[in-house]
Amino acid sequence: MTVHPETLRPVGHGTERPPDHQEHVHAERAGRVGAGAFRPAQLLESLPEALRKLDPRVQVRNPVMFVVWVGSVVVTVSAIVSPSVFAWLIAIWLWFTVVFANLAEAVAEGRGRAQADALRRTRTDTTARRLTGDDSSGPLEEVPATTLRLDDRVVVEAGQTIPGDGEVVEGIATVDESAITGESAPVVRESGGDFSSVTGGTTVLSDRIVVRITAKPGESFVDRMIALVEGAQRQKTPNEIALTILLAALTIVFLLAVVTLQPMAIYSGGPQSLVVLVALLVCLIPTTIGALLSTIGIAGMDRLVQRNVLATSGRAVEAAGDVSTLLLDKTGTITYGNRRATALHPLHGVDTGELARQARLSSLADTTPEGRSVVTLCAELHGLPDEASADEAVAEFVPFSATTRMSGIDLDGESVRKGATSSVLAWVRGHGDDESARAQVEAIAQEISERGGTPLLVARRGADGPARAAGLVELSDVVKPGIAERFAELRTMGIRTVMITGDNPVTARAIAEQSGVDDVLAEATPEDKLALIRREQSGGRLVAMTGDGTNDAPALAQADVGVAMNSGTAAAKEAGNMVDLDSDPTKLIGVVEIGKQMLVTRGALTTFSVANDLAKYFAILPAMFLVIFPQLAALNVMHLATPESAILSAVVFNALVIVALIPLALRGVRFRPMGSDAMLRRNLLVYGLGGVVVPFVGIYLIDLVVRFIPGIG
Amino acid sequence: MGDTAAGLLQLLALLVALGVVWRPLGDWMARVYTAEGHWRGERLIYRLTGVDPDSDQRAGTYAVAVLAFSLLGIVLLYLVQRLQGVLGFDQGHGAVDPGVAFNTAISFVTNTNWQSYVPETTMGAVTQMIGLTVQNFVSAAVGMAVAVALVRGFVRSRAGGRIGNAWVDIVRGCTRILLPISVVVALVLLALGVVMSLHAGADVVGVDGRASTIALAPAASQEAIKELGTNGGGVFNANSAHPFENPNGATNWIEIFALLVIPVALTRTFGRMVGNQRQGVALLGVMATLWGAMLAIIWVAEAHASGPAAVAAGANLEGKEARFGVPSSALFANSTTATSTGAVNSMHDSYSAFGGGGTILNMLFSEMTPGGVGTGLYSILVVAIIAVFLAGLMVGRTPEYLGKKLGRREVTCAVVVVLAMPAVVLLGTGLAIALPSTGDALGNSGPHGLSEVLYAFASAANNNGSAFAGLTVTGPFFQTALGVAMLLGRFLPIVAVLALAGLLARQPRVPPSAGTLATDKPLFSVLVVGTIVLVAAITFLPALALSPIAEGLS
Repeated sequence: MTVHPETLRPVGHGTERPPDHQEHVHAERAGRVGAGAFRPAQLLESLPEALRKLDPRVQVRNPVMFVVWVGSVVVTVSAIVSPSVFAWLIAIWLWFTVVFANLAEAVAEGRGRAQADALRRTRTDTTARRLTGDDSSGPLEEVPATTLRLDDRVVVEAGQTIPGDGEVVEGIATVDESAITGESAPVVRESGGDFSSVTGGTTVLSDRIVVRITAKPGESFVDRMIALVEGAQRQKTPNEIALTILLAALTIVFLLAVVTLQPMAIYSGGPQSLVVLVALLVCLIPTTIGALLSTIGIAGMDRLVQRNVLATSGRAVEAAGDVSTLLLDKTGTITYGNRRATALHPLHGVDTGELARQARLSSLADTTPEGRSVVTLCAELHGLPDEASADEAVAEFVPFSATTRMSGIDLDGESVRKGATSSVLAWVRGHGDDESARAQVEAIAQEISERGGTPLLVARRGADGPARAAGLVELSDVVKPGIAERFAELRTMGIRTVMITGDNPVTARAIAEQSGVDDVLAEATPEDKLALIRREQSGGRLVAMTGDGTNDAPALAQADVGVAMNSGTAAAKEAGNMVDLDSDPTKLIGVVEIGKQMLVTRGALTTFSVANDLAKYFAILPAMFLVIFPQLAALNVMHLATPESAILSAVVFNALVIVALIPLALRGVRFRPMGSDAMLRRNLLVYGLGGVVVPFVGIYLIDLVVRFIPGIG
Repeated sequence: MGDTAAGLLQLLALLVALGVVWRPLGDWMARVYTAEGHWRGERLIYRLTGVDPDSDQRAGTYAVAVLAFSLLGIVLLYLVQRLQGVLGFDQGHGAVDPGVAFNTAISFVTNTNWQSYVPETTMGAVTQMIGLTVQNFVSAAVGMAVAVALVRGFVRSRAGGRIGNAWVDIVRGCTRILLPISVVVALVLLALGVVMSLHAGADVVGVDGRASTIALAPAASQEAIKELGTNGGGVFNANSAHPFENPNGATNWIEIFALLVIPVALTRTFGRMVGNQRQGVALLGVMATLWGAMLAIIWVAEAHASGPAAVAAGANLEGKEARFGVPSSALFANSTTATSTGAVNSMHDSYSAFGGGGTILNMLFSEMTPGGVGTGLYSILVVAIIAVFLAGLMVGRTPEYLGKKLGRREVTCAVVVVLAMPAVVLLGTGLAIALPSTGDALGNSGPHGLSEVLYAFASAANNNGSAFAGLTVTGPFFQTALGVAMLLGRFLPIVAVLALAGLLARQPRVPPSAGTLATDKPLFSVLVVGTIVLVAAITFLPALALSPIAEGLS
């Protein structure tokens, strides 16, 4: 199979697909992994797993739910010893509470597993052809891919599957990575440089490459991702641990409050039954957040995977929420990858139309994106045809070369050249000496450079006349539409953006002004990047960046959130803590938002859970002590029918609210970029005040039903 | 002028006076704890005690210093009481009973000043002056030192856990803050008629013709530090209800002012030290809101009490001094229970259910509205940490307060501080009420009896020291249990706070951005108020339902 350059997707720096195409790819992916919106049927599917999690060895990892589990056992025993409708109903609903919590986790894990299965399908049982000697054309042996060791070298040819993660050490090939990325256009992988890394499970479409294996069996990229999305290696993140401590402390307080209530109740003449005390305890401890905490974490990872970003740890996702400085590569992130012709500047005495004609002619044979963009600009501004006509096609093309630094066309004795100003001026001088335009050319070129553009001079020489400069074409970086608004949003969230570019400071500043970034690192070397990250971190800021080259690896490792492009080198992927399968550096912003959304969801459900307690007290306390202190009926603001119905209603509400919030925990609370004050006010209102009000309504409604149960109402 | 109008005027004058003093005193205290140089007298103290005043201590060393100093204080105070018969100037009282001495030693060193004895018949002048008064100063200075150490933890960046020098902080608290101000307050009180005498008593013949002795004491000097250091231990049994301690409305007003002034001004000190005044104002707003709300509850409850006697008198005047009336009593009761002072100018046991419940609730807020000297500040800072942790996630960042991240260790320390008090109060009350012997110690039965026990443990664990009265606490169980409650309520939080300070001082300080939770705005104050109320409510509602709530609703 031969490679047609035009069918290849460009890779790495300078990569940009039209936005609509990207969205299409995302939609396609979401469909592929089949883990989009939450379906109620998932609850039913996950039920067996939820029941398996009733094992106390599993429960003990979650202090809040373990207390509920113990409480359920105690009440069940109590109901067996002295049976009553009330005791049995409480026992059943306490078990439901535990099962619902398990269900939340099981659903989240199930969704992860669906994604893992999709990934696993890419890892077929491949046969590797391993080189036995040092010679890359030496004898081969066929071995199962699973037996490959580090530094083994394998040969992969067109039509074969790459047996493991590795690096191309010899040859160049087109590779279909759709199994991993969902992107159908093939990419080029070649030895040396930044595009040498290949992933196991992808297919070589053309040519022959020698791959050095860089991952041990079972530790390949895909293997690690499967383990992560399945939750097998899920470790609690730092904030999750801290929150668990707080929840455990709250649980201890309530345990004390309930345990010491009994002697006070006995003193007051109204000792309480074990069933009632356990019911009170379970209602008070923060079961809602306790049940959903791990679900929120798993779902956060899951949302990243749905966006085609794989994080190597939950810690990285959490850190993403805290990022206060984003380092963004100019090319591909802030601007389209390639410079485009944006304006024509004719010299004095030259008609713009004539300049356009010459510019187009000189670019007809130029297949580089820059050259195409000149033709497109002329077509748009002057209605010139954007394809070469039949007679133009017979012209003699002068291709661009590094020595002449210009390209052009010779047609019917007319020569048109386009290129770097100094080169074209030299050409003009060599063909008829017209120095008069030099000053003007240089003045315009200077202006263009100051705007951050690149000037290209166009000159023409007639059949026998002298050569004359006609004018300049301005090539400039085109800032992506909407990027300035994105940066403004980031600023309201307190995130500083720093543009990284190899351009000179003048050009860099011009782009910075257009795009609205906060700061610029121009003429950036990898060392500069690393130094910048360290400087930001020494001020206590968390830094996120993207990178793909081997020379990005130190900076990726130093950054708190390092997103490596999947197209990048193995070293870059190893150094970062996330990999973007689509190799789209713009996604860094989305990663930060997912991190924030996960933290907000945790905070919102914690607040909601604690605020719920007020209503539960109003339901249960009067019910407990109505017999000895009839005046406490004044606290029964919900007018619950009987003490039994009140306590049962609170327990039922406590269990049902977990199920009701599972979709929220999976989806995450609605997140919009806004300042911290506005966000806090909104969330306090919704989840704080809501957490106070909702249970009053909920318990009241449940009581309307349970009061009709004989023995309760 | 009516009672209420007079009360409102007093309140207004109090708020104005506190507002005027807040800034200069707060700034002064910030300078005291940040200044480099030492006073000559202080140098002498350091030389005599062999302390290197220029060493910067790690949190562990700081904590050891505070604990050792307090332990030494307890031992010395115990010995002075037991040996006062030998030391002389005991006014014939003899050695103090071991149970009382144990309880009192802890009580004064922990800044509780719970008094399970009748001072005028128990403590001689020597014990009062070299024992109790010394602790009135140094226990207050310890509280301020711990608070300042915590603030330094926030201020310092990557300081390797170094949070200052405990000895310097304690000495300066005494020499530069407590001593000078209490001299002024003592002189003012003396001028207004508070007794200052070393005589054992004045012999008088009553109208019934019987001779009796009216006890005298060096009250004015004691009174000043009693309020200023939020101590509360009176030289007379009747405390600030006694005409020799608190003869008139003017002294009453000054005493209330004195017990509020340092805790309130410390918010300014805090704001100044962290370099953002609004941080301090936000916390002051929290304190003022809850103090004001509780004052309203107690005032209204006392002014509209039910019952035949109260209705006849127009208000609930049982247990209140006629020269103060309801407003001054409510103002005093609210301020003394909200500052962990524990001085009283009326019998809280005689308050209506909701009025008395209000004083209990003040203590169950964990003494931070505005709380004791130093203890109030560090307690509210810890609750602010909890509030940041609960709700701070909702701005989409892992929680941070004043530029310090709140991770696993920080939260553990904060949780220990917040848990210690409810655990001690609940376990103490539960244990006490379960004991058959408690029934005999109660002054009342039913919900009010439970209130008495709850009040006693709330007062001890919060190092308040005021008594609901009614409950007889001289038995061995209460002497020991309340002594332990005072110790745990004081030193568990102090150790955890200092550990927290060390952890914070180790961290770099993250600069605030538009994305960080703003902790210097009214919204944050609301959040902290909500957290304080919610934590107290969800912890103590069951107990309160069986005591003041059940009583008040009947």
